[in-house]
Amino acid sequence: MAENVLSVRDITMQFGGVVAVNNLSLEVNEGEIVSLIGPNGAGKTTAFNVITGVYAPTNGAVSFCGKEIICNHPRGKMAKLYAGENKGKYTKVLEPTPDKITKLGIARTFQNIRLFKELTVLENVLIAKHMRMKANIFADTFRLSYKEERKMKEDCLELLKILDLYDLRDEISSSLPYGKQRHLEIARALATEPKLLLLDEPAAGLNPQETDELTAFIKRIRDQFHLTVFMIEHHMNLVMDISDRIYVIDFGKMIASGVPAEIQNDQRVIDAYLGVAEDE
Amino acid sequence: MNTTTFLQYCLAGISIGGIYAMIAIGYTMVYGILRLINFAHGDIFMMAAYFMIFAMVDFALPWYVSLALVAIATVLLGVFIEKIAYKPLRSAPRMSIMISAIGVSYLLQNLATYLFSALPKGYPQIPFLMTNINLGGISTSVVTFITPILTIIFVVLLMQLINHTKIGMAMRAVSKDFETSQLMGIKINRIISITFVIGCFLAAVGSVLYFTPRPSVYPMAGSLPGLKCFIAAVFGGIGSIPGAVLGGFLIGLCETFIKAAGYSEFSDVFTFLILIVMLLFKPTGLFGEKIAEKV
Amino acid sequence: MSMKKKTICSLIALLIGVVFLVCVNRMTAPTYILRSVLQMGAIYALVAVSMNLLNGFTGLFSLGQAGFMAIGAYAFAIFTIPLESRANVYYLYGMHEAIANVQLPIFAALLLAGVVAALLAFLFGIPVLRLKSDYFAIATLGLAEIIRIIIGSALMNRITNGSLGLKSIPSFPSIFGVIPGFYFPFLISAVCIAIIVLLIRSSYGRAFKAIREDEIAAEAMGINLAKHKRMAFVISSFFAGISGALLAMFLGAITSTTFNIAMTYYILLIVVIGGMGSVTGSVISAFLVIASKEWWLRFLDTELYIGSFQVPLLKNGFRMVVFSVVLMLVVLFFRKGIMGNREFSWEGFFGLFKRKQKKKTGGEQIG
Repeated sequence: MAENVLSVRDITMQFGGVVAVNNLSLEVNEGEIVSLIGPNGAGKTTAFNVITGVYAPTNGAVSFCGKEIICNHPRGKMAKLYAGENKGKYTKVLEPTPDKITKLGIARTFQNIRLFKELTVLENVLIAKHMRMKANIFADTFRLSYKEERKMKEDCLELLKILDLYDLRDEISSSLPYGKQRHLEIARALATEPKLLLLDEPAAGLNPQETDELTAFIKRIRDQFHLTVFMIEHHMNLVMDISDRIYVIDFGKMIASGVPAEIQNDQRVIDAYLGVAEDE
Repeated sequence: MNTTTFLQYCLAGISIGGIYAMIAIGYTMVYGILRLINFAHGDIFMMAAYFMIFAMVDFALPWYVSLALVAIATVLLGVFIEKIAYKPLRSAPRMSIMISAIGVSYLLQNLATYLFSALPKGYPQIPFLMTNINLGGISTSVVTFITPILTIIFVVLLMQLINHTKIGMAMRAVSKDFETSQLMGIKINRIISITFVIGCFLAAVGSVLYFTPRPSVYPMAGSLPGLKCFIAAVFGGIGSIPGAVLGGFLIGLCETFIKAAGYSEFSDVFTFLILIVMLLFKPTGLFGEKIAEKV
Repeated sequence: MSMKKKTICSLIALLIGVVFLVCVNRMTAPTYILRSVLQMGAIYALVAVSMNLLNGFTGLFSLGQAGFMAIGAYAFAIFTIPLESRANVYYLYGMHEAIANVQLPIFAALLLAGVVAALLAFLFGIPVLRLKSDYFAIATLGLAEIIRIIIGSALMNRITNGSLGLKSIPSFPSIFGVIPGFYFPFLISAVCIAIIVLLIRSSYGRAFKAIREDEIAAEAMGINLAKHKRMAFVISSFFAGISGALLAMFLGAITSTTFNIAMTYYILLIVVIGGMGSVTGSVISAFLVIASKEWWLRFLDTELYIGSFQVPLLKNGFRMVVFSVVLMLVVLFFRKGIMGNREFSWEGFFGLFKRKQKKKTGGEQIG
């Protein structure tokens, strides 16, 4: 059995009275490609935002490589308002900011591409390397760390070569075609040297050919960078093709999980996507 | 401090607070709809004072005619500024439109210096506003007394307009979601103009009430009261009219009592401190709504 | 264009600049306006670049620059006014015993000016930097006003001389006794701007730009927002403090009202005209704006008669109106300013001529 990379336990995310994610637990093991699917508004991106530290969960915990990184329980106003389950199970409070999570080795991409638009492709990738820099701001300003800087640049160019973006390195990132922007976002995430890569709808807006290429691309980077991939996707062909396992959520709750073949024939999943006739 | 002086200070504080509230409404409404700190609002307030001097001193018009003219001129100025300086930047980044507002403020100050010179000009007296009245031992001028009353009347009218008319509904819709309300067929430019009309009308009224008990006007006279009123608006929760009114009254009262205690130098420092402390503990102000950024 | 050719071009440009300054120094009378316009330009170039570091590069819309300049100016002035003139300056309140006999060398005081401003920025930054965009702007504006009011208040009478302000501040000293004082502001400004440019081009500078482009993405890339914003704020204030000290030297006398809100607006407008996010833009714009405001547009302020005909509009104050109208035009129609967010490059410079030539040949073909 492969080592457990990500373990989400009883995560509930409540905004005011709305429970966006309800008691979600899931696991992602080393080297796997796992997908999280569900109808629009099911709480998929919210779950990602909890894992990456954008939101502190209302209740629950997240572990990464066996170490607890996020933990919370309903406090303050939420203590009264809380409508989720497992109240009182967690007592610790651990709310790191997103940058700390990224530093631990979890990188992500965004549903609506969030590149540094006015910067070049190379700069976009270099920025992702910044947090690993050892030199302080004075040393870096006065170029006392020029060796480190040079190494950073070489690494980035190497990465761009591997990902077929080398020829575009000096282009302004917003001038790239849409598909390339998606690639660059993944490249930028890879530059943070992650163990776990979270992809939020990587195929959104791509044409069928680009989607096929993406499937191969994700498999390739998984092998080449020894990654574990956890992704949100709506594109069923891609999901069924690529995933080792799939989790399905609807209205914030997990409704099914398993290998693609199981999911395809699961009645609850079909109902969630197609709806159930009311009058039956 | 005995009761009479205490009440006297209270009345003075409420009075200046009422003026702040009226100007703060202009800030809060514009911010609610355009998400813009209208840095020029304080200078529009200053220009209104010069319009009054024009009407009453230079043209020797009776005060009631002057008042109407001042209101009209100020409203026109505000709408004109909106059309010239803010409308072309509708789709620009928020920073640009804020810089434009700063530019307008700078321009108005320089224009006033050019037209009326940097020297203070005497503000015309409206005799009946300055008559002293005696209320149970507290002697005060009519203007101090009617300011809070006028403020309350205008606020009630404004709330009626916003909550119970079609235009008001459109304004609320625009402040909730600019683009969607445009798609729903609301004439956005008209709503924005109306917002400026209301804001500038109140600024004109505020200007008359503010400068009547003061001896003179100068080109920078609007910038500090403007900032204070903006702070009042932030304090009450920007975008919320009752919030702005409450903020205005609160700042007016605090300021008056600090001055009464002999620290008049620091009354402005205190106002800015209120702002910073408020932003730290409740960035949305007293009645503001939280806007979460979507990831 | 090769690296070597560019270096040669830059060296030639630098040489021309130095020769120009030497000529100005040698050939003009000490009271000639060009001298002070250039010096003031250098000082404002520094403060504009420091503001640009925050507003243009890090995306933090700060309106507190004048406050930090005031801190720098006062920190410098208090410790450099010659001991013998202090009784004269502080004639009304006297100077606080603790500092009455402390006098620092100019360079030490200059550094102190920057450090004090940076320290205050560090302290203020802890609460203020948590605020978003326009709230941050209004809070920094408030801070600058608080600083200004406190400096000018009776509370500080024995330190800052309260509302009377300070005078007898030493003028620009000669450097190592060799380079005349005239060059002092240019040298300090150039060194400081060079440091800021190095910073912007470093990995930390890239991180600042990332924050400007997209805070959420920057954080997701592992950039600690609070830490980097604080660094940008502190460094920007450090250089604002130094430029404040330079301004104090230039003016010789300061009061707290020198550093009012209008000054912040003025610096902001220099930055906007130059282009948010362009250092060269800010520098060019600082010299242009100062020259036109203090010199070229002066004639607008004096009444002019041709024969017995009085040219209309010209009278005191018209200069500032024209000036602010130009600013509004830039804000409305040339939103990117002179340079946008690009920097000066020789390719671009020569490209300018080439493009014009192309246009000409193109025109001929049609003709």
